[in-house]
Amino acid sequence: MSPPLLGVEEEVQSSVSSPSVECISENGMGLKERNYLGLSDCSSVDSSGVSSNLNLATELRLGLPGSQSPERETEFCLLNLGKLDEKPLFPLLPSKDGICSSSQKNVVTGNKRGFSDTMDGFSEVKGYVYTEKSWMFHEAGSDSESPQSVGHGKYPGNSGVNVILSTRSPGVQASVKQDEPANVLQEQPRATNGTSLKQTVISNNTTGAPAAKAQVVGWPPIRPFRTKTLAASSKNNDEVDGKPGPGAVFVKVSMDGAPYLRKVDLRTYSTYQELSSALEKMFSCFTLGQCGSHGTAGKEILSESRLKDLLHGSEYVVTYKDKDGDWMLVGDVPWEMFIETCKRLKIMKSSDAIGLGNYLVSRTLPKNLLEQWRNPRPTTKKNLDMGANFLMPNPNQTDNSEVKSVGCVVESERSYHVSSHL
Amino acid sequence: MNYFPDEVLEHVFDFITSHKDRNSVSLVCKSWYKIERYSRQRVFIGNCYSISPERLIARFPGLKSLTLKGKPHFADFNLVPHDWGGFVYPWIEALAKSRIGLEELRLKRMVVSDESLELLSKSFVNFKSLVLVSCEGFTTDGLAAIAANCRFLRELDLQENEVDDHRGHWLSCFPESCTSLISLNFACLRGEVNLGALERLVSRSPNLKSLRLNRAVPLDTLQKLLMRAPQLVDLGIGSYVHDPFSEAYNKLKIAIQRCKSIRSLSGFLEVAPHCMSAIYPICGNLTFLNLSYAPGLHGNKLMKLIQHCRKLQRLWILDCIGDKGLGVVALTCKELQELRVFPSDPFEAGNAAVTEEGLVLVSAGCPKLNSLLYFCQQMTNAALITVAKNCPNFIRFRLCILDPIKPDPVTNQPLDEGFGAIVQSCKGLKRLSLSGLLTDQVFLYIGMYAEQLEMLSIAFAADSDKGMLYVLNGCKKLRKLEIRDCPFGDAALLEDVGKYETMRSLWMSSCEVTLGGCKAVAEKMPSLNVEIIDESEQMEFNLDDKQKVDKMYLYRTLVGHRKDAPEYVWIL
Repeated sequence: MSPPLLGVEEEVQSSVSSPSVECISENGMGLKERNYLGLSDCSSVDSSGVSSNLNLATELRLGLPGSQSPERETEFCLLNLGKLDEKPLFPLLPSKDGICSSSQKNVVTGNKRGFSDTMDGFSEVKGYVYTEKSWMFHEAGSDSESPQSVGHGKYPGNSGVNVILSTRSPGVQASVKQDEPANVLQEQPRATNGTSLKQTVISNNTTGAPAAKAQVVGWPPIRPFRTKTLAASSKNNDEVDGKPGPGAVFVKVSMDGAPYLRKVDLRTYSTYQELSSALEKMFSCFTLGQCGSHGTAGKEILSESRLKDLLHGSEYVVTYKDKDGDWMLVGDVPWEMFIETCKRLKIMKSSDAIGLGNYLVSRTLPKNLLEQWRNPRPTTKKNLDMGANFLMPNPNQTDNSEVKSVGCVVESERSYHVSSHL
Repeated sequence: MNYFPDEVLEHVFDFITSHKDRNSVSLVCKSWYKIERYSRQRVFIGNCYSISPERLIARFPGLKSLTLKGKPHFADFNLVPHDWGGFVYPWIEALAKSRIGLEELRLKRMVVSDESLELLSKSFVNFKSLVLVSCEGFTTDGLAAIAANCRFLRELDLQENEVDDHRGHWLSCFPESCTSLISLNFACLRGEVNLGALERLVSRSPNLKSLRLNRAVPLDTLQKLLMRAPQLVDLGIGSYVHDPFSEAYNKLKIAIQRCKSIRSLSGFLEVAPHCMSAIYPICGNLTFLNLSYAPGLHGNKLMKLIQHCRKLQRLWILDCIGDKGLGVVALTCKELQELRVFPSDPFEAGNAAVTEEGLVLVSAGCPKLNSLLYFCQQMTNAALITVAKNCPNFIRFRLCILDPIKPDPVTNQPLDEGFGAIVQSCKGLKRLSLSGLLTDQVFLYIGMYAEQLEMLSIAFAADSDKGMLYVLNGCKKLRKLEIRDCPFGDAALLEDVGKYETMRSLWMSSCEVTLGGCKAVAEKMPSLNVEIIDESEQMEFNLDDKQKVDKMYLYRTLVGHRKDAPEYVWIL
């Protein structure tokens, strides 16, 4: 049962959850001013009460109203050690709800508690997001009604987001890992395991720049010698004989508007088709969040069909940066050659992909062309002279009618993303 | 008490080789203590600050082999600042001044300077064996001194050290008269080596049994070395990249086939997976295979390789083997005792990672499994319970879920029950590392069942002091406890300070322990050094007892405060 909300609807919206701050907020203060570290004035209640979200984008809202976890109380008590015992540790965790208890982990608001949300952040992303499509955006937190409205996206529980700096200065404390997915999530049709979202990484991304990956010092526990050697191994493998070696070929994949990048090993795919489905899986949740990522209130309700439209339909193209630093359209060259030359991938909106290399891109990519991208035919060169069809170098492409829009790309619609990406 | 003359006792004691047993022997009575100390040749010191070199020399004049460990274990993960301590120079200096005929020195996590190595090489005529594990502070110049001056050197084993590589000439420093080498491991060096010198050295070392090369040794040199040393038992291949249709590759195949004694294979720092078939002929005899630095080997090629290794007892591998690959291991390696699965990409999305399934498969297929280090994406209670049932013989069980507070993804429960099953079932468990979402409950289980536990590593776990108390009260044989990011505070720390004297050390970082608590421990227990490591300089300005301590390391010692602590270490 959902624990009593401590009347913190607005507070949840305004606060990045640092427990002690929450506690203070519980006393009825509403919005709190925070400095750039996310510390509020009253954070110096006692040394253990200092909790700062190094959430650099403090205007982001995490979690939904009502997502306040009862753990807040517990955390408050944690400040005085030892009172914890009888607290229900996972009060919000009837397992039938499938609520992820990771967020329930009620660890102390120790001064140097570093792990919490950073960990959550990157771990969630890694472990959960793409499999469960539980991608969350901060901005979602500003909508109280969104929990119900979300079909596929789950909006994050209010998780304290902490970017852990590698030098953990005492004044900064990672707040307790937060989790209040419970309340919110209980109201939703629970599709998958609740994931408390620790969007640490996302927090930096209002500008669209790739978020810095925040990592906890010393985790995972691997000797630096090993990581250095492995890094050197992969690099060398790539350089061997001037061709990509047998090693994995990891390239970064960015997507416009997505808060952070992913990496894929191109060697695990053998065709463009496989790559495209993998990318689709990885980024579908971004697409969902995309609608809300600019902090606007009142998100669109995303139905499944709309999602499919976004992906399969018209709006995105996959491009890559080759060895010479040029941005090219994916799909032109044979797969093996592609792996050798691809250094980076980017999924951009077709409207942004103007002037890509020598290619002009139509603003909306017709479905059939996208299909053809997925199944490229081996010979590619001869299509270059196919008039307006620059997108799909496909010998079988016969219908150019839909590609007329090439050339009428509306310049004015070029979003601010373009300049930053191209 | 003595029915026998000393010489007889001494002879009897010669058969007692384990350190623990010899320590026990020395406690029986004064005359046994005396006999034991004069006859003792090998000494192990787990914490170099627990005793001084002078006292060591005084007690064991017959010392020949010394093992020293310096920094705490968490130094491996960047939690201990760089120059915290662990300097070997004072030891070598003291030993050099004495009449000790040191023959073997094994160091772990210590700071070793070139001066130390040079002094070492010049001070002990019969010096035979140098093993450095995870050490730092030296360059190839120091190695050159060892090579040049240790006339009877048998073993130079460098494992995972950070060495400043000044490139190559150190190998040439082995004199032509040096023919005694049995073991040479320089895999961790990153620079070039003089290949000619290497070949000559191997040629004149008929007793060479273990050779681990670094990345700079190319394939054709490897082939020549193998031709000259077919008696090798342990081989570490540096670079294994070549054209499968080349003459060099054919020669290599022949050379490898002659090496019928190879039982241990490692390295592959650069690897061309399509050339692994040359290795197949020796795979059948392998007992140890270390592919943990070979990210280029995965998928089918890797599985094919594994399928040839039926006698494998120890396997170190990267997680790109995947659950499927672990299934192959389970089917093939029935003698497997130790498995280590390292993450190939620890900070990135785990494309090729292992989950609980792989572990369950291995546990089912390899009943002799007793030592595990497993980095995975996720773990379930059910899997751990199954593993516990399948493999009750675990001595070392280290599980690292890459997300340190991840619950069981199926049930969303913490992993208390799973680890509880492990400690309950594995009665001989000596070392345990926990991860995942854990509450106080798991520590209750550990305290109850882990009777033989000697080392416990905890991170991001527990809810209250109770967790730590369960462990301190329950695990009678606990020697090393290391904790990070747990809510344990003064109450737990101070409950039983006498316990710490029975242990080697306690590490607590990012917990709830305060300065006042640490001071209290230091005051009550003068036999402990309580060190506060605080790089932020806060300690200088604010000595408030209520302040939380970032890192605390305490250890028992017979020699009081150390004199070589840097500024940011306060010894209370």
